[in-house]
Amino acid sequence: MNIYGIMAIYKFEMARTKRTLVQSIVAPVITTSLYFIVFGAAIGSRIDQVGGISYGAFIVPGLIMLNLLTHSISNASFGIYFPKFVGTVYEMLSAPVSTLEVVLGYVGAAASKAVILGIIILITASFFIDLQIAHPIMMMVFILLTALSFSLFGFILGIWADNFEKLSVVPMLVVTPLVFLGGSFYSTDMLPEPWQTISHFNPVLYLVSGLRWSFYEISEVSVMLSLTSILVFMFACLGVVYYLFKTGYKLRS
Amino acid sequence: MNSDEKPILRINGLNKFYSGGFQALKDINLEIEKGEIVALLGPNGAGKTTLISVICGIVNPSSGTVHVDGYDIIKDFRKTRSIIGLVPQELTTDSFETVFNTVSFSRGLFGKPPSAAYVEKVLRSLSLWDKKDNMIMTLSGGMKRRVLIAKALSHEPTVLFLDEPTAGVDVSLRKDMWAIVRELKAEGVTIILTTHYIEEAEEIADRVGVINNGEIILMEDKDKLMAKLGKKQLILDLRDQLSAVPQGLVDYNLELREDGMQLVYTFNTQGDRTGITSLMDDLKLAGIAFRDLNTTQSSLEEIFVNLVEESS
Repeated sequence: MNIYGIMAIYKFEMARTKRTLVQSIVAPVITTSLYFIVFGAAIGSRIDQVGGISYGAFIVPGLIMLNLLTHSISNASFGIYFPKFVGTVYEMLSAPVSTLEVVLGYVGAAASKAVILGIIILITASFFIDLQIAHPIMMMVFILLTALSFSLFGFILGIWADNFEKLSVVPMLVVTPLVFLGGSFYSTDMLPEPWQTISHFNPVLYLVSGLRWSFYEISEVSVMLSLTSILVFMFACLGVVYYLFKTGYKLRS
Repeated sequence: MNSDEKPILRINGLNKFYSGGFQALKDINLEIEKGEIVALLGPNGAGKTTLISVICGIVNPSSGTVHVDGYDIIKDFRKTRSIIGLVPQELTTDSFETVFNTVSFSRGLFGKPPSAAYVEKVLRSLSLWDKKDNMIMTLSGGMKRRVLIAKALSHEPTVLFLDEPTAGVDVSLRKDMWAIVRELKAEGVTIILTTHYIEEAEEIADRVGVINNGEIILMEDKDKLMAKLGKKQLILDLRDQLSAVPQGLVDYNLELREDGMQLVYTFNTQGDRTGITSLMDDLKLAGIAFRDLNTTQSSLEEIFVNLVEESS
């Protein structure tokens, strides 16, 4: 295995975060703080407890999931798309690195950044609410699996995209609505039928539910179902990435 | 499998079809020896870059085999790619990276452990050391070209592909590049370059290949090629003006130039006889005197143009 190759890609991608620190870290922290002020304090003060916990605390897993998903996707998609856009991808294609090594480098870096961001959001949340985590290890498992899975998804998106519009259209028009409609800021019990049933077709619901269980031991679907769904999604993405590299789709002519 | 006697690059029956059916490479067969400098000449779209891209792993071949140092580029891609360096035609760089970091990145990507000392050596050899902390976006086009060479050399390759290395660079930098190429050859690196500049091939290549319409129409030792295909001309500056070539000299196919003040005789250096001695005798018999004479040899450019026109 080309360990130096993996490390080179990983370090390069992490260094990109340092150059864009405001965009990568500061902006999400400010946005999250605003969510807490608006939803947690202003609106939350008028909402009764949800599932036995305060509304401010209830939205923490949803906010973490929102940031994990959007930043995993954007980091990984931009990481592979930009070399394609400027032409430096020739170097990766001509280097002695396998598909797995390329994925470990790019996706590993994107997932690392998302996890770091998730922890920062968690710390930020602790300034606004009395944070309690019932199952910290399971919380980390959910955060890690979500970051990895959606970084893989972002990587696929970056390979598929051939312009900046395509790069942003999926996160904006698909992922963000799914997160908002996936019970991030409410319990699906609060929805009337048929929306309650329809919500169960939203994959993000399973992620948010699983993460919320690790915090407060309340969930809308079973924890095992949440774990299974995220693992299935991760392996499906891995399969697609393997196929893309094997065929050279949009990379090798 | 690999040994010193075997060619460093062996291509057999290589074809490349792009989607849509366009055939960019047609049954390419080629062998390149260790330590050679080979120049690939060809007009735009001839297939030069596609050929290099296939060997380096950027483009998938449709059929045929390519072996580098005895290793197959598909099955043993790690081995072949780790000994190949590529300098692309376009100035594609990470604008926001520093020179030192981007060269170090390339070294790692190609599986070499970090070595600040080696990166320093490469940067110094390319006069880039004083720019090591500069962001690439602040460099001139010529400096960026050097950075690309440094990146390609960062993992100590034994085969280096230069895709039009001096395209768009000034004469001074071009000569610097040639010096770098000669130094690399002295270190045992095999160099394959594509170029539009015939003088570049003439200046530094050991062998010259001509590609047109995806086919290698010629691969020949440069000096032999020039001797074999190069026409030589004897130019006589006449003392008195001639209105026409005298009847007794018609067999020599002489050309009258400069308003009848110059006679040009074209001959083949590879022939048993050049015919110069008998021409001189016949000129004397015809009473034609000349003030000066000189010979010229056709350049590689003329040879190249003729070959491409013939194959087209």
